[in-house]
Amino acid sequence: MSEPLLQIKDVHFSFGENEIYRGLDLSVHKGQVAAIIGPSGCGKSTLLNFVGGRLYPNSGSVICDGITVNRLRRKRLFDLRKRLGMMFQASALLTDFSVFENVAFPIRQNTDLSDALIRHLVLMKLEMVGLRGARDLMPAELSGGMARRVALARAIAMDPMLVMYDEPFTGLDPISMAVIVKLIREVNDTLGMTSLVVTHDVREASTIADYMYLLGDGRVIAQGTPDEMAESESPDVQQFMNGLPDGPVRYHYPAPEYADDFLGGAA
Amino acid sequence: MSAIRDLGAWTLNSIARWGRAGIFLARTLAGFAWILRRFGLVIQQVFSVGVRTLVIIVVSGLFVGMVLGLQGYNTLVDFGAETSLGLLVALTLTRELGPVLTALLFAGRAGSALTAEIGLMKATEQLAAMEMMAVDPINRVVAPRFLAGFIAMPLLAALFTAVGVYGGYLVGVSLLGVDAGVYWSGMQEGVDLYEDIFNGVIKSLVFGFVVTWIAVFEGYDAVPTSEGVSRATTRTVVNASLSVLALDFILTSLMFD
Amino acid sequence: MKNKGIVEFWVGLFVVAGIGALAFLAFQVGGFSGDDFGDTYQVEARFSNVGGLTSKAPVNMAGVRIGRVSAIRIDSNNYDAIVEMSIDQRYDNLPIDTSASILTQGLLGSQFVGLEPGGDDLYLEDGDEITLTQSAVVLEQLISQMLFSKAEGDEQ
Repeated sequence: MSEPLLQIKDVHFSFGENEIYRGLDLSVHKGQVAAIIGPSGCGKSTLLNFVGGRLYPNSGSVICDGITVNRLRRKRLFDLRKRLGMMFQASALLTDFSVFENVAFPIRQNTDLSDALIRHLVLMKLEMVGLRGARDLMPAELSGGMARRVALARAIAMDPMLVMYDEPFTGLDPISMAVIVKLIREVNDTLGMTSLVVTHDVREASTIADYMYLLGDGRVIAQGTPDEMAESESPDVQQFMNGLPDGPVRYHYPAPEYADDFLGGAA
Repeated sequence: MSAIRDLGAWTLNSIARWGRAGIFLARTLAGFAWILRRFGLVIQQVFSVGVRTLVIIVVSGLFVGMVLGLQGYNTLVDFGAETSLGLLVALTLTRELGPVLTALLFAGRAGSALTAEIGLMKATEQLAAMEMMAVDPINRVVAPRFLAGFIAMPLLAALFTAVGVYGGYLVGVSLLGVDAGVYWSGMQEGVDLYEDIFNGVIKSLVFGFVVTWIAVFEGYDAVPTSEGVSRATTRTVVNASLSVLALDFILTSLMFD
Repeated sequence: MKNKGIVEFWVGLFVVAGIGALAFLAFQVGGFSGDDFGDTYQVEARFSNVGGLTSKAPVNMAGVRIGRVSAIRIDSNNYDAIVEMSIDQRYDNLPIDTSASILTQGLLGSQFVGLEPGGDDLYLEDGDEITLTQSAVVLEQLISQMLFSKAEGDEQ
């Protein structure tokens, strides 16, 4: 197996009194599509912010391509970000710019390439996501699925080594969802990238991921290839993979005994 | 007991906000070096905050000047001093109403729009996306808007004042029959270039700085939800207006002792 | 995004209008006459009372403004007020026995220094002092003097 491109070692993190991570360890290897799955609110997106250097863990280290992200000076951090791509859940297209300019934005800002060359690069990426014809539309004129594809084209505009996807499947119709699923795998393999997909859509994640991590309780509670995960007998994995309403993750929010609460209220 | 705790929490919150606003300002000013090499972005923003505020400024200035002409005439004529009408209108506008009303209108029109725009960019993760594309949103988004507000405010205030003086002329001279020569010469005799006009420009520069600072900070600091953005927009208008009025008092007491 | 050319056109127009408004304020409203005073020379005058005279007040001769008050201070020896004036270099032929008085524009207007030329052949030069002066007429003093003398008259 190839060397890990991204390593997260013993990361602890809390938002105020809310403890999010207590000893998270995971690694993503070059060329892989890795999926991080877990229930909503377990801090999956926070993980992407660590990798992008937008948040720093309280302790532990985040190492990307041999660089310790959480100890970087600003200049070095920005250099690293030029080699990272990220697709946001809300697409995050710049509303003032056309589709073309959105994809061109990172190239224009970070390089001195000529307009002709930028045009080439942008049209290539747009062709890849099937939206070369939509280059002059404004973000407001796009459907959710199209916006997501433009965001994907923008994320890979600089040919990054690692592309991160924050909930790429959420809120899409079945066809758009299938398109995104296909694109993530295709982009990763044809452009020789590494992908980190954060999602709670287990079924879609299983179809494209090489390796999966299930988060819970601030750490990785299970990991393996999609097949291994599906066959796991651990109740945590079973509940999440099969979408059971009650299991190790409780249906009830923590509360005193119902009877006590009832009687206590009367007193 | 809980009231004391609330007070304490409020104090800590306020101090933290001031701290954030200060750091934010320092980062924005540091971004000026970056933005001066991309002045096209600033021109875009002068259009958004300046040109789009122009109509409301000109119309308000005209009406305020006309009201000053009318009220001033009615008051002065009792003392037989309607020859001082031009002076009254000009001094009121250059010293106070020009800079102050322009700043208040600017806060309502351009300031709220700035906050909403930046707040929405935050709520839709556009700012985060820029950061991830190795582009500092403080340089790219905040600094040009800040600089544009700072440039636009004194120009808008000058337009407001000039149009207001003309509005006073319309009512005083054309309608109520004050002699045109007397209107202008009384003004020129009594208005001092440094004391009145220059100080008025200083005021509008200070107001432009403060209003734009509040507007972009509230947008950048907004809770990234639609409710958070709408609250931030309200806060911009309220805080900017109060700051303008309080600063006006301080500046006036320093300038015209 | 709007066409770049249109945006630039409007911004240009806006800046021109704004600067035009500033110029209007400076020249038409503020009465700024451009060269205001170019080169000046300084003369002083002593007064026992300057009344409401302030610095930057006009210095007039025959009703024409030829300079302005640059500073007012107290002579710490005899407590006179010393008024420093900047006079336009164009009027460098003021006789040395020119007299200065503090006058009021209209009944209640602001105060200014009025110069009355004498007949000497020597001219005032930079740093000279005008010795013939007449202090400000302080309205309150006039009124109280009048009331006082009236009261005295009644007693007799």
